[in-house]
Order: sequence, then structure tokens, then C-alpha cells
Amino acid sequence: MSTAVIAVPKRRRFRLGAIAPYLQAMPLGLVLAVFLVIPILTIVIVSFWDYDSVQIYPDFLFTNYIDLLTSQVTWKTYLNTIKYAVLVWLFTLVIGFTVAYFVAFHVKSATAQMALFLICTIPFLTSNIIRMISWIPFLGRNGILNQALQGIGVTDQPLEFLLFSDFSVILTFVYLYAQFMVVPIFNSMMRIDRNLIEAARDGGASGFQTLVNVIIPLTKSGILIGTIFVVTLVMGDFITVRLMSGGQSASVGLMIANEISLLQYPAAAANAVVLLIIVLLMVAAMLRVVDIRKEL
Amino acid sequence: MSTKSRRKGPSRRSFLKGGAALAGTAIGSGAITGFPTLWAQNIKDVTLRQFGTGVSNLNAIADKVKSDLGFTLAMTALDSDAITQRAVTQPKSFDIADIEYWICKKVFPTGGLQPMDVKKIKYFDKIVPIFVTGKLTPESVIAQGTAPHTVSFVESPEAKAFAKQPTQWMTLIPTIYNADTLGIRPDLVGRPISNWKDLLDPAFKGKASILNIPSIGIMDAAMVCESAGLWKYADKGNMSKEEIDKTMGVLTEAKKAGQFRAFWKSFDESVNLMASGEVIIQSMWSPAVAAVRSKGIPCVYQPLKEGYRAWGGGLGIAKHLSGLELDCAYEYINWYLSGWCGAYLNRQGYYSAVLDTAKEFMSPEEWAFWMEGKPAAADILSPEGKVMEKAGAVRDGGAFVERMGAVACWNSVMDEDRYMIKKWNEFIAA
Repeated sequence: MSTAVIAVPKRRRFRLGAIAPYLQAMPLGLVLAVFLVIPILTIVIVSFWDYDSVQIYPDFLFTNYIDLLTSQVTWKTYLNTIKYAVLVWLFTLVIGFTVAYFVAFHVKSATAQMALFLICTIPFLTSNIIRMISWIPFLGRNGILNQALQGIGVTDQPLEFLLFSDFSVILTFVYLYAQFMVVPIFNSMMRIDRNLIEAARDGGASGFQTLVNVIIPLTKSGILIGTIFVVTLVMGDFITVRLMSGGQSASVGLMIANEISLLQYPAAAANAVVLLIIVLLMVAAMLRVVDIRKEL
Repeated sequence: MSTKSRRKGPSRRSFLKGGAALAGTAIGSGAITGFPTLWAQNIKDVTLRQFGTGVSNLNAIADKVKSDLGFTLAMTALDSDAITQRAVTQPKSFDIADIEYWICKKVFPTGGLQPMDVKKIKYFDKIVPIFVTGKLTPESVIAQGTAPHTVSFVESPEAKAFAKQPTQWMTLIPTIYNADTLGIRPDLVGRPISNWKDLLDPAFKGKASILNIPSIGIMDAAMVCESAGLWKYADKGNMSKEEIDKTMGVLTEAKKAGQFRAFWKSFDESVNLMASGEVIIQSMWSPAVAAVRSKGIPCVYQPLKEGYRAWGGGLGIAKHLSGLELDCAYEYINWYLSGWCGAYLNRQGYYSAVLDTAKEFMSPEEWAFWMEGKPAAADILSPEGKVMEKAGAVRDGGAFVERMGAVACWNSVMDEDRYMIKKWNEFIAA
């Protein structure tokens, strides 16, 4: 591009200079338009269409939204999904923060830090689904955990709630997504100027005070990024919920997946639009709490 | 591939027809079997794309087609929901659809398939009558639900509505069917199981399962309700809104009481639930029972007093097929009914559409075991040659006539389909 700019006469170069930033942004803009904006617009349009068990008909109806928003099932399902999101967020935050804190502040050598950080990513060399379903034989009625518990005499009956329950769903979510908390939090912790911590200690702050008044405020951006990852992933998930609850629990993602599999595309589209709006609102609310640009 | 085969002149076309007729006579005389009736140089360039459920989309069939008929059959195995979607939304993405009859009721009216001329189906007269008249024997009562014969015929090649009587135009050629019931773990249930209502017996609390495919699951639920004497349906396969509410009410109550351990959606899930002992009684498919047994775990496909819930699949030809490819499709369908394939499917515990031809490809011991319900005279091998049953074993449910004669209902699509699915989703979210 730059050679072309040099080659043109002066007057035209000026004009081209004015649009150059747009030209530079165009490839990304086009990609986003084709693969993000147009599909979302299509979904919005289809969400107003009519359908029966085999076909969809172009139309402009609010039935899909009315059916969706007036149904008790929708509210229950959204509540259930948000419950998953909040619980998973809480656990991944505690685990993610602890792990990142340990690696960033307790491990002194940079090599050891990098090694430990890489170890955290090793589970990601296997597919998501495989890591998910390997919990099933572990938690099952005759699974490894129940056998171990009975073997050492902690329980005399297998614990039924371990598998195909909200417990197993949340456990799997936490296991799958904790890494998305660890990485951004670790990243922002590594940027904290160590002199600040020393200054806090010199000023007489206890370890806890340093944590609350120095480290947590300075890792806010990392926590926020991790939160966005975890919340959006949990809100949209359907396969974890289906497999780990044994099909007994519902989530918004699963509701959409069911509608698609039954050819109810307009209903699924309406559901997707509502989900998108809710997730965007949640992210917007988070961004109001933490000014991510300032923090970065 | 397909474009190549379309580039042919009328002369070759007529040549092909002549060849086919000639070969047809040869086969009709009984001199040759299993050979192609189509003699064309470019037949090896033809690829037919077939999709369907995992039960019948087997590589062994594609391999045999290649060696017997010369053209290539590309198979894709999908689940029932995905098949419906694909058949409706991407009718150009396949040449042969291997779909279930209840799905046909949804799919055929959308126009993705073309009816077949029964005059070109060599064994049409020998097809098991369930698929033509709905009656297995002249005395049989036609079962409830989407019985295959109700969606088997249309009036003309262009018609989209189903014909009430057999006509010259057939929507699907039946390939595979069976009668389903409950699978149980005899070592864990601790008592004989003889009725559908046993699925909701509180003794099996937290150890029962039902499948999460609404159209099929609600039929199992209806069998349970009827068996428990809660009420009698006019037609289980076409319930009124009130009947749907009642049926789902029973299921929801059982779910809230913790009766179910899980709901399964795929074959493998049902196998794993049973094999791991998470579930000891559940609605199940016969090959899934076989899969559990092949792990050395006892599992029985329990015949029940109220009869079976049946299903059937068939081959349909895509609308866009013509010329040589269409000829190949007919060729393939005729081959499918000519015995090898039928024997292959029978040996897996399913049933084939034309029994006479399949019999020729099975040993008398195999035939007696699978089709006549007699104790196995020798070890029974799977199509891959593994021992499935030891000598002396008897097939669950007995002979073909006993099993298919005791069908209480067929998998179906109801008029209140949309309402039923809404209720089913409420049940899952409850």
C-alpha cells in the first residue's frame, strides 16, 4: 500500500491520505461485516418469521418473542443459566486468583513462573469434550470417586448427587473455564510494580491489607477480562449442561439447540437475540464497574 | 463427479436402457444374482451420496455396492434430528436419503424427494405387507401412530400429499425396521419385568431413563401410561392437547420424584448408561442392547405384555436425481432388496424389507434363530464374524411374526407436534 501512495501525484496523495486509515481498517471491517454483522442481522430478521414443523415463512410477527417471553419455561431456564454463570464465576475467580497469585508472587524465579504457567495450559492440549466426558466415569455411581470413598469407609452408599446433577455441571464448568481466569489475572499481576508492594510493607501494611488495597485494585482489569470470558462461555454453553446433567437440566443454549434440532429456526433466532441482548447488557454493566481502557 | 455423468447424449442413454433390459432378463431367468443390470463404462464415475442414521449407514454396505454394482456410495451417518434438518434445508446435498417413516411425514411434503416408480422395483411384490397395506397378516390390526403404509404412497410423481391406498408411486422403499421395547439389567432389577409401567416403578428410583427425542419419548411415555391403566388413548401417535398434557404430567411428576437418572439422546449414551450401571431400566434400541452385551454385561431386551413401539426406515431418492444417476439409484435399491443386504441387517437383529431374498443369504441355523425364534443350533455370529450368541440361546421376543405382530404403535409425528414439543421442553426444564 505504501508504495502505491508514493507513486501517485501530490494532489491525489493528499486525498488518499485522508482515506488511508479507512483502507487500512477495511480488511478487518469486511471480515467482521461478512462473518459477524450479516449473520447477526439475519438472525434478527429470521426471529420475526413464521414457521411450522417443516418450513419457515418470511413474515413480520412478534409471536416468537411473545411465546418466548410469556413462557414460564424461559424464565426458569434463564434463571438456571444465570445461576450457573454466577456460581461458576465465583469458583473460577477464587481458584483463578489463588493460582495466579501463587505463581506471580510466591514463585520467585522467572523460569519457574513460566514453567508453572505452561503447566496450567497442558489440559488444553486435549479436546474440550473429552475432558468433559472423562468426568462421567469418575463421578458415576460405580465410578472411581464413589469406590474410593466407600473403600476408605467415608460413605457406605454411593453418592448419587456426584453425577447428572447441578453439582457435576458446575464442577465441569469450573474445571473447563478456570484457565480463562488464571491467564488474564496472572497477566495483570505480572505488571504490578513490585516496588508498590514493598512500599506497602514499609508503610506497615499487613499481607491482607496489601492484598485488598494494592493487589486486587491493580488486577481489576484481569479479573474483568476473565469474568467476561467465563460468563459469556457459560451463558452460551449447551453441551456441558446436556452431558453432565444427563439431559435433566436446561440452559438457554440447550433450549436454542433443541429448537434448532426441531427445525424451529425462528423461535431459536428469537431466543438467540434475547440471549445476545442479555449477555451484552451484562458485559456493559461490567465495563461500567471497571474502566478497562484506563486499567490497561 | 455428478456433473461428469450428466454429460451424456441420448444415444448412450437408450443404449443404457437396452442394456438394463437385457441384463434384467438375465437376472429374471434366475441365472445370475447380485450383478448389476446397468452396463455402462462411466458407471464407476458415479458417486451417490447417501445419509441416514447410524443403524443402516454402514461401510460394509458401501463396500459391497462398490464391488457388486461398480459405483461409489458415500455414506454419512447422522442422528434423526440432523437428518430431518438436512433433508428439509439442503435437499441438493444428498442423492439418497435413508430416513425413518415418521420423519418422512415431515420431510416428503417439503419436496426434496421424488416418488419412485414401483414398476422399476423388482421385488416390490415381495415387500413385507406392513409397508404396503399396513397389515402383517390379513388378520392383523393396524398399529397406532405413523404406520409406514400411511406415508408410503403418493398419487402421482408430482404429488406431495400421501395417498390412502397403494399406488404406482412410492415415497420410500423400506430397508430396515424393528420393534422396540425396554432394555433392562437382569442382574440389577431383581425381579421379572413384564409391563411398560415398570419403568416408573418407585423401586427403580434414580435408576430409570427415557430417551430425549420428543417424538419417540412421548410414545414410550404413552405406553407407560396406558400400561399403568391411567387412561386409554384413541391414537397414541396422534394425541389431543389434553392427552399430551396428561402424559407429560405423569412424566414430570416422575422426574420431580427423582425417578430418572438421565435422559439420553444418542445410541452411545444409552449404552454407557446401561453398561456403567447408572441406569438399570430404560427405553432402548436393540443394537444398543447388543452393544452392552458385547461388553460382557448382562442386558435383556425385555418383551412386554402391551407390545412394542416400532420404527422403520427406508430409502428415498432426491428430487434432483436424473439420468444415469437415477438409474444407479434404482439399481442400488433393487440390489438392496435382493438379499445380501437384508441378510446383513437381519443378522444384526433388525428386519429386512424382503425376507425371501434375505433367507437365501443366511444359513438355515441363522434363519431359525433370527426369524423363527428357535434356539440357536450353532453359535450365532455377528456380520463381522464375532460370536454374538452361544448355541442354545433364544432371541428376545421370539419369532418375526410374534414381534412385528405385537406392534402397539409406530413412531409418529402428531398434528399437535408443535404443542407437544413445547410441553416436552417444559418437562426437561422442570
